[in-house]
Amino acid sequence: MSIQSHSGSNRIAGVGRLVPAKTVRFTFDGQSLTGLEGDTLASALLANGIHLVGRSFKYHRPRGILSAGSEEPNALVDVERDKSRKQPNVRATVQEIYDGLQVKSQNRWPSLTFDIGAINDVFSPMLPAGFYYKTFMWPKFAWKTIYEPKIRAAAGLGVVPGEADTDRYSNRFAHCDVLVVGGGAAGLAAALSAAQTGAKVIICDEQAEAGGALRYETDVTIDGKPGYDWATETLASLRALENVTVLTRTTAFGYYAQNFVGLVERISDHLSNPGSDMPRERLWQVRARKVILATGAIERHMVFANNDRPGILLASAARAYLNQYGVAVGRKVGVYTANDSAYAAAIDLKRAGVDVPVIVDTRDNPSSPVIEEARSLGIDVVTGHAVFSAGGKRRVSSISIRPNKGGNERKVVVDALIMSAGWTPSVHLFSQSRGKVAWDAANERFLPGTYAQDCVSVGACNGSDGLQQALDEAVAAGGKLAGETGFKGKTAALKATGGTDWVLGMIGSAPGAGADTTVKAFVDFQNDVTAKDVRLAVREGMHSIEHVKRFTTNGMATDQGKTSNLHGLAIAAEALNRPIPAVGLTTFRAPFTPVTFGAIVNHARHDLFDPTRRTPMHAWHAAQGAAFEDVGQWKRAWYYPQAGEDMHAAVNRECVAVRNQAGIFDASTLGKIEVVGPDAAKFLELLYTNPWEKLGVGRLRYGIMLREDGFIYDDGVVGRLAEDRFHVTTTTGGAPRVMNHMEDYLQTEFPHLNVWLTSTTEQWAVIAVQGPKAREIIAPLVEGIDLSNEAMPHMSVREGRICGVPTRLFRMSFTGEAGYEINVPADYGRAVWEAVYERGKPLGLTPYGTEAMHVLRAEKGYIIVGQDTDGTVTPQDAGLTWAIGKNKTDYVGIRGLLRRDLVADGRKQLVGLKTKDAHVVLEEGAQIVANPNQPVPMTMIGHVTSSYWSQNCGRSIAMALVIDGTKRLGETLYVPMPDGVIEVEVTGTVFFDKKGERLNG
Amino acid sequence: MLLIKCPYCEEERPELEFRNAGEAHLVRSPAISEQSDEDFAAFLYFRQNPKGLQFERWRHIHGCGRFFNAVRDSVSDKFLTVYKAGEPRPDVETLLNPETVSDAEPAKKRAPRAKKGEL
Repeated sequence: MSIQSHSGSNRIAGVGRLVPAKTVRFTFDGQSLTGLEGDTLASALLANGIHLVGRSFKYHRPRGILSAGSEEPNALVDVERDKSRKQPNVRATVQEIYDGLQVKSQNRWPSLTFDIGAINDVFSPMLPAGFYYKTFMWPKFAWKTIYEPKIRAAAGLGVVPGEADTDRYSNRFAHCDVLVVGGGAAGLAAALSAAQTGAKVIICDEQAEAGGALRYETDVTIDGKPGYDWATETLASLRALENVTVLTRTTAFGYYAQNFVGLVERISDHLSNPGSDMPRERLWQVRARKVILATGAIERHMVFANNDRPGILLASAARAYLNQYGVAVGRKVGVYTANDSAYAAAIDLKRAGVDVPVIVDTRDNPSSPVIEEARSLGIDVVTGHAVFSAGGKRRVSSISIRPNKGGNERKVVVDALIMSAGWTPSVHLFSQSRGKVAWDAANERFLPGTYAQDCVSVGACNGSDGLQQALDEAVAAGGKLAGETGFKGKTAALKATGGTDWVLGMIGSAPGAGADTTVKAFVDFQNDVTAKDVRLAVREGMHSIEHVKRFTTNGMATDQGKTSNLHGLAIAAEALNRPIPAVGLTTFRAPFTPVTFGAIVNHARHDLFDPTRRTPMHAWHAAQGAAFEDVGQWKRAWYYPQAGEDMHAAVNRECVAVRNQAGIFDASTLGKIEVVGPDAAKFLELLYTNPWEKLGVGRLRYGIMLREDGFIYDDGVVGRLAEDRFHVTTTTGGAPRVMNHMEDYLQTEFPHLNVWLTSTTEQWAVIAVQGPKAREIIAPLVEGIDLSNEAMPHMSVREGRICGVPTRLFRMSFTGEAGYEINVPADYGRAVWEAVYERGKPLGLTPYGTEAMHVLRAEKGYIIVGQDTDGTVTPQDAGLTWAIGKNKTDYVGIRGLLRRDLVADGRKQLVGLKTKDAHVVLEEGAQIVANPNQPVPMTMIGHVTSSYWSQNCGRSIAMALVIDGTKRLGETLYVPMPDGVIEVEVTGTVFFDKKGERLNG
Repeated sequence: MLLIKCPYCEEERPELEFRNAGEAHLVRSPAISEQSDEDFAAFLYFRQNPKGLQFERWRHIHGCGRFFNAVRDSVSDKFLTVYKAGEPRPDVETLLNPETVSDAEPAKKRAPRAKKGEL
């Protein structure tokens, strides 16, 4: 039969719940189509007679719509609002249509009806499971250059959007007494019963409206009302309650520890013109005291040859399309089943005037009222038979029927086939909660077994097959769980009639697709896995279901095997000749259905990705045109280019200015910790290698902090402000971990010490003024402090005032020049900075950034922890043995430093390097060798840690960690680089003012 | 995300407020500089990492800032108890048979996995 294109030709008047007058226009592959408000894309396409929706992943076989829900493996499409709002792999069964919706099919070229890639289907005997693993092994180089790029280009579903997502996503945390997942009959009953007690309830359902199977089970009444009406009224009454939050279009995708459940609410994907202030999705992070899982069951397909042809659907889906959307999935609809529930669909279709030529039932002698009813409607019910194959390519055109045991074949012409192998309880979330499933041998299914969390499963997901049984269970659970959270109240029982029990059926391959056949009977539609592939995996030696799954990729597609897992397991178990529970079920992982990156990333984008820390003087630097660099979360002024200067020129100018006049530098980002208490000195003795007890009040000392293993952890200058008060500084990046390290020891190892630790990093702005004119510059601004060399020598600290505000004035240097670090309360930082700058400008005071700071400290051989050390460097390796208190009996790292490997010869030690050609600047990280004529790989004896052009020295300078470096002073070593070997001489680490006289100037 | 009870704040707070700080009850010797290589290696490196009950340290870093100890099942992630730093290691038998102790956590059906010897 030809594919209809006029709108809604398969819509049956007077059937379904959509309003015929409310039309919606959308396009599919450029073709304009009309649907009705409330349609999903799938129902609207079916209404227009379109079954062919996409091409399969591996074989590019034509595929249609299998289901009417989130389990859909086939009908994946690309939805595009505009270039930046484009979503591939949207399930047509979930996407609601809106005016202007633009949809494209996927995985086909050049068109859906003629697809070059379908050649894979012809060659499929050469593309068995495991094909990739075995085929692309040789030659070795070809994987990277030929095979992988080609396979990657051909593989994958959908096309990733090329532009950044402009949609907004929001986030909400919520707490409740009872969370109910699922808004079908059981979920609604449980929520109602819990809500009646006064407990705080959240109920969510992934569909646009509640009701679950009540949307298509037209023969059901609850509380005397038609099932769907009861569901709609119940949802409305729940919405009206203050203690209930109702979330529709909301999927519970992940169940995490201690009843923490992740939900995604789709807010605007169904709207034609969502408001600009409206988020696309909202992530809910719900902490529930109790969880009720009412996730229902998912119908399985029958596994037979060509069961993937468009027009072959699940029976419940056909029923939903008919009873909810008023759409007949065909005009001549065959039925293939192994249980009773498909009969209800057949009966509904027949009553709506659709021709149902045959019901093929694999069971030999089934008996049930629905079977009699089908027969009484004149439907030909053929039992003990199987559908051996489906005819047609882009749409099913016929089915071939034979007795199960073999015999005469007969062909029935159809334009659709609906099928049901039975129902698989949806235990996904239960399994995610770390509950253990149990095998129900009588009904061949996995059910919730041992619970790991405070939750209860009710209804079909718990194997409660009858509607009354499900409702009773749900009402009881709602009341009981609410009661356990402290809400006691009356819960009303619900009386139901009608409905078909979702029980029994078959799992594994149907007759005609057994081990003796080579037909393409699909188990997993989305990953193109057939029954044959599963058997091949077993023959190849995969005996665990986890291995079978990975070899065949069964259940590994984005639908997570919702329809395929149990079939695959049964076929593997049969091939292994072992019982199903012995083969095992794979664990279900979050997410239940795909979740957008947008919902997870949420607000954490752009400026909100990570906090930015700025110093009080930041705006001044920016106004001066400073370039900034990121140091942890801090923005630090990197260099201050003047007109026409590149970075190199600016840094050279800044470095020379500091040595000749003076420089001003923003050191506010340094970590600062106030260590206070009677035992403060004792505490520092234990945390740093240096001695502190005898440090005089008003004096500074450079301290080294080790880890217990003896390696350098941090360094910084520590000032003693009083007998019981120290001002500790740390590296910029190290401040939080140093604070944590100190707290850890204080609280857990040395709790007897009476000490308080306070982070003061952001309390102080720090203005470094360095250079021969430093004292002359700040002197007129300082009150109450004698700045003379005698009164305030190098490495001392005084408290007083500067520019009228309180200051802790440190005389110290990280440049090798005489200088000060002016600490003022952060709020005064900018004002004091500007005052100092205005005062110093006529004397040549020059702002310098972190790059010049790095060069200046390297000229003096001062290390930067984390650059010249890497977590494997001891104080001895770094040439800092002098900083270890010789007479101390304990400090963190004292024992580590005695370890054999730390005192042995052959350690990498910090040295200076001078290139033989003074103009060559080494690359940081470059490897060093003793003999450049060795064959590759050469013996590497060290690496460059710091390297700069030093304008003050008129040459390049570098520091390096080199094996036995201090014994190699004067030796020539080599740095092999891609464009030649660089000769270097090993030197001391101090390149400028070796005697250190300038510090005292 | 776990809910963790801080024994200092005496309430359950989300895991985001806490940071794990490794195995509990490792004793730093007061005479550490005289420790043998074997003893120091045991202190510095060797950890239990059991499948089952483990004694571990946590810090309520974005709350009160205190370090404390906890007994957690590494299989189920369930906390059996939390206690302040410096308090003695709780008795495992008592934790595993909470019906004999009135104020313990509610009992769970699943048998604990850890054997006594592993602790």
